[in-house]
Amino acid sequence: MNAVAVAHTPNPDHPDNPDWDSGTAELGHLLRPGQLDLSHKVILYLEDITVSFDGFRALDKLSLTIDAGELRCIIGPNGAGKTTMMDVITGKTRPDEGTVFFGQTIDLTRLGEPEIAHIGIGRKFQKPTIFENHTVFENLELAMKTDKRVWRSLCALLDPAAGDRIAETLQLIRLAAHADRLAGLLSHGQKQWLEIGMLLMQEPKLLLLDEPVAGMTDEETERTGELFLSLAGKHSLVVVEHDMAFVKQLGGKVSVLHEGSLLAEGSLEEVQADQRVIEVYLGR
Amino acid sequence: MRKFGLLLCGWLLGAWGAHAAIDPELLKPLASDDSAVRIDAIAALAQASPEEALPVLKALAEDALAVAGGRMLRVEDGRVFDAASNSELRPPPAGLETIGINNRVRRELSAALAALRLFSAERPVRWQAAQEVTLSADAKMLPLLDKALAAESDPEIRNRLQLAQAQASLGSSDAAVRHAAVRTLGESSDPRVRQLLIPFTEKRGEVWVEADSAVRAAAGTSIRSIEQRLAWADHLGRAFSGLSLGSILLLAALGLAITYGVMGVINMAHGELLMVGAYSAWAMQSVFRAYLPGALDWYLLAAIPVGFLAAALVGVVMERLVIRHLYGRPLETLLATWGISLFLMQVARTLFGAQNVEVANPVWMAGGIEVLPNLMLPWNRIIIVAFSIAVLVAMWAILNLTRLGMFVRAVTQNRPMAGCVGVPTGRIDTLAFGLGAGIAGLGGVALSQIANVGPDMGQGYIVDSFMVVVLGGVGQLAGAVWAALGLGVFTKFLEGWTGAVVAKIVVLVFIIIFIQKRPQGLFALKGRFVEA
Amino acid sequence: MMPARTPFIVRLGRSFDARSWQMAGLFAACALIAVPFMHLALPPDHPLHLSTYFITLTGKILCYAIVAVAMDLIWGYGGILSLGHGLFFALGGYAFGMYLMRQIGRDGSYQSDLPDFMVFLDWQELPWFWAGSDSFLWVALLVLVVPALIAFVFGYFAFRSRIKGVYFSIITQALTYAAMLLFFRNETGFGGNNGFTDFKRILGYPITAPETRVVLFALSALALIGTLLLARYLVTSKFGRVLTAIRDAESRVMFIGYHPLWYKLFVWTLSAMLCAIAGALYVPQVGIINPSEMSVANSIEIAIWVAVGGRGTLIGPVLGAFLVNLAKSWFTVSFPEYWLFFLGTLFIVATLYLPQGVVGLWLRLRRREPPPAAAATEAKGARA
Repeated sequence: MNAVAVAHTPNPDHPDNPDWDSGTAELGHLLRPGQLDLSHKVILYLEDITVSFDGFRALDKLSLTIDAGELRCIIGPNGAGKTTMMDVITGKTRPDEGTVFFGQTIDLTRLGEPEIAHIGIGRKFQKPTIFENHTVFENLELAMKTDKRVWRSLCALLDPAAGDRIAETLQLIRLAAHADRLAGLLSHGQKQWLEIGMLLMQEPKLLLLDEPVAGMTDEETERTGELFLSLAGKHSLVVVEHDMAFVKQLGGKVSVLHEGSLLAEGSLEEVQADQRVIEVYLGR
Repeated sequence: MRKFGLLLCGWLLGAWGAHAAIDPELLKPLASDDSAVRIDAIAALAQASPEEALPVLKALAEDALAVAGGRMLRVEDGRVFDAASNSELRPPPAGLETIGINNRVRRELSAALAALRLFSAERPVRWQAAQEVTLSADAKMLPLLDKALAAESDPEIRNRLQLAQAQASLGSSDAAVRHAAVRTLGESSDPRVRQLLIPFTEKRGEVWVEADSAVRAAAGTSIRSIEQRLAWADHLGRAFSGLSLGSILLLAALGLAITYGVMGVINMAHGELLMVGAYSAWAMQSVFRAYLPGALDWYLLAAIPVGFLAAALVGVVMERLVIRHLYGRPLETLLATWGISLFLMQVARTLFGAQNVEVANPVWMAGGIEVLPNLMLPWNRIIIVAFSIAVLVAMWAILNLTRLGMFVRAVTQNRPMAGCVGVPTGRIDTLAFGLGAGIAGLGGVALSQIANVGPDMGQGYIVDSFMVVVLGGVGQLAGAVWAALGLGVFTKFLEGWTGAVVAKIVVLVFIIIFIQKRPQGLFALKGRFVEA
Repeated sequence: MMPARTPFIVRLGRSFDARSWQMAGLFAACALIAVPFMHLALPPDHPLHLSTYFITLTGKILCYAIVAVAMDLIWGYGGILSLGHGLFFALGGYAFGMYLMRQIGRDGSYQSDLPDFMVFLDWQELPWFWAGSDSFLWVALLVLVVPALIAFVFGYFAFRSRIKGVYFSIITQALTYAAMLLFFRNETGFGGNNGFTDFKRILGYPITAPETRVVLFALSALALIGTLLLARYLVTSKFGRVLTAIRDAESRVMFIGYHPLWYKLFVWTLSAMLCAIAGALYVPQVGIINPSEMSVANSIEIAIWVAVGGRGTLIGPVLGAFLVNLAKSWFTVSFPEYWLFFLGTLFIVATLYLPQGVVGLWLRLRRREPPPAAAATEAKGARA
């Protein structure tokens, strides 16, 4: 149970290493285009997001903010718009109305999926999506933060530092023994972990995790929870989950989505005591 | 019955009247050596006694008029008649000298004959004659036309005759008559009338062909109004050929709309299923020719169910043997069905030979409706348009009103769920594919009526059919209909000023660009299911 | 993170193991020394003499093999089935054919400076796009640039609109079909129906001389080796891994920050250029190029070479091209009426029973176990 002990520590000299305490909003600061600006200690703003498909409103004036370094859980019944919200943040779906800002300056509605991944938002899908015909090692190698343009890929060679990083992550996700196996041959839980590992290789500032513990054993679930807790602070995490025990283990703030808008927000206990939330979950 | 009796009486009287003699002096100049004299004689004869002149002039046209001993004689079936009295001469006199005519005389003669037929008792003959006369009328025929017009009661024929009269008056020396004629001709919508009027607005050297400026102006107005009507007919004609092409595209693509659009199976052998339908039509034609020659005209009706079943059978076999094992692997399906298409082509070549076979239109599909003088809608095209509508309606009904259709739609939307609630998904796939194939067979039967039937015929349609389905949007019947009609009309109008090949290229390029802009086709399904 | 600066040639060397290098060397020796010797030096009645028929046929198939490898790069590794590769092959052929037509000079049947078909059409001068076609270098450039440009523009728009799977196949088919119709027109300026033929010489050498044939054959063999080396380097590089990742799970690739557009576009354009080179080598060997090379059937046949040989391997397409085309030339001579039956069956059997082609079959027989996740690859590759 010491997964957290070997939790990987981002290189402090890395230029992208977020420095959460440098908030200097009151004094004003220089705007650095294309760089994440966390001067208000908020990493993600969703404002009045509306998305509709053929008249059906998947998101209805949803507003949500995620603080830097926060671990936020999002719950809600099926069809509440959780996955659509992630689609909007990662650029897969363009909102009909509303704004999405990453930090103070980056308008996510103007960027495509690869750009959004590049500026530091990682996403784990509901169904584990990994490269089944590549080895575990190659999966991590592909995900690693680096120059991902064609020309670089054509002449890229793995340097020792990168190899070390992959080895570290392999340890962290407990797949070191399977490094050379094809990812398609892993168990479901292992695939989930591999996908989380790929996310970590991207060194994102914000991780979006869609039902990360679905199909995991209790033990795996608990270890995942510990991993997430160790990541919070250095990264911001948004976890969509149905498993209330897991949400409880994570312990952060909880947002409840219902019919495309925010229904309630607070600690798990507060939310569970909220009359409207009970109605939504138990039916009218 | 009484009417018939009256008609019979009239005819008998007419026949009796034909025995009334013609003045032999009128006939004499027909034997003259001078063409001008003979032409005048023909006109005089026609005017003097239209009914009696007809057999004589006919004989002249058929080189059956002869001279013997200064008497004009008419030869008919080896018997000889006196041309003036129309009584048979027995025994036939010796030394018959046939009167030969040159082309100039022959031209005049046929005009005169047409004019004479204007007095026929039968309406179709008069109508035909009126149309012929309109083209060749000249001043000499005026009196005759006046006479015919006075006797005519049918408004359509009267209209024609008035045009002919106007045309005959064009050569008049009286400017007022010419003016009236030119204005009347402006109501025509015959491109040949326009040709007649054009000289009136032209100069020959420095001199106007038409001296009177009012007539010139009227001619210009008339030409413009004819041209407008012609352009209209032209557009209508294009729109119709576009519609016709669209209906063919639709027939070719409807089957695909099921197999590809609904089931997601790329069937490259679709063109060969069309071919199966077309060969069925040919086979039924042969069967009827051999066993039911009396009903040969109706082979096509028998070919419809046969074509459907034959193609459906091939489709079911294809599905069971090959496609079944490739669901969810569209690229492999594409290659495998291409293999099937090669196979079927070679089968056709082996069975029926590499040459095209001849499939004849039944008599009831020949000809057409003449909407305007330069716009003829052929029956076979009209029937195919109607047929494609019928197939479309039938297909819509099957998909929306029957249990099979409901199952097909259920399997399309959610295969595992449909299976769970007891829909036999495997059998539904087979039936749906058979249905799609059968509809292709129907398309083939229709195509056999307007296109070559041969082993390679399917190849020509496969790209077009896919374009229709892709352009219309996958899974959309309405999309396929609009795409087919749109492509048909667009292609035909484009052909008008670029030529057929370039039009085709432009259309393909247009579709390629269009698909880039709207990858989901004209009628896109939107929402969260699209990406799934 | 700086990529390590290892010389390219060293890395190319490392992308093959020793046995593969030996095989390549052996093949090169055969093509460059043994075959020319057996054709030119041995007397015709010698048992080891290679006939002109053999040289032409094999040379032709070598060109096809290049096309097959190019197809495999885009289909086997990229998961994109193109039904338009016949177009790029033919464009390369036409571009080089222009040079060959100009080399005829005044030896044509009309003894004119213009190619015969232009005299026939009563054209007075060369159309603008024939400018410079008498220069070998300019034409060599055209062979590469024109197909690449068309592939790039078409691919850019198609991939940007995220057209994939069968949709892509169908619109590439439409593109080829449109091009074929265009080239069938006399006014297009490429000889219409008849295309280009009756070539006399190349770079001044008579085109039918045995020596010229042998040189063309050797060049085709070299081009195939070069194509294989390049392809091998690509698929073993990180680029290759990204490419197969795009084939298997494009959205994941996007969400970890790669632009699939540029990866696809690169391999698509490269594939088109390889096809064009093959087409340019093909035309002087078979002595004719006409629009039927762009027919839909031809492009699909390329796919079957790859499928029969084995997708996602590099030796597979080469094998497939040889097997299918040797079978074709045997059938069309001995049983012409059965060729389409055979080819049709081949399409069906290869897709139903040989998902990994003969290479996959051989591997399976050798290992006596199913290749790992083969079925998964199939389904994924097809869906992508």
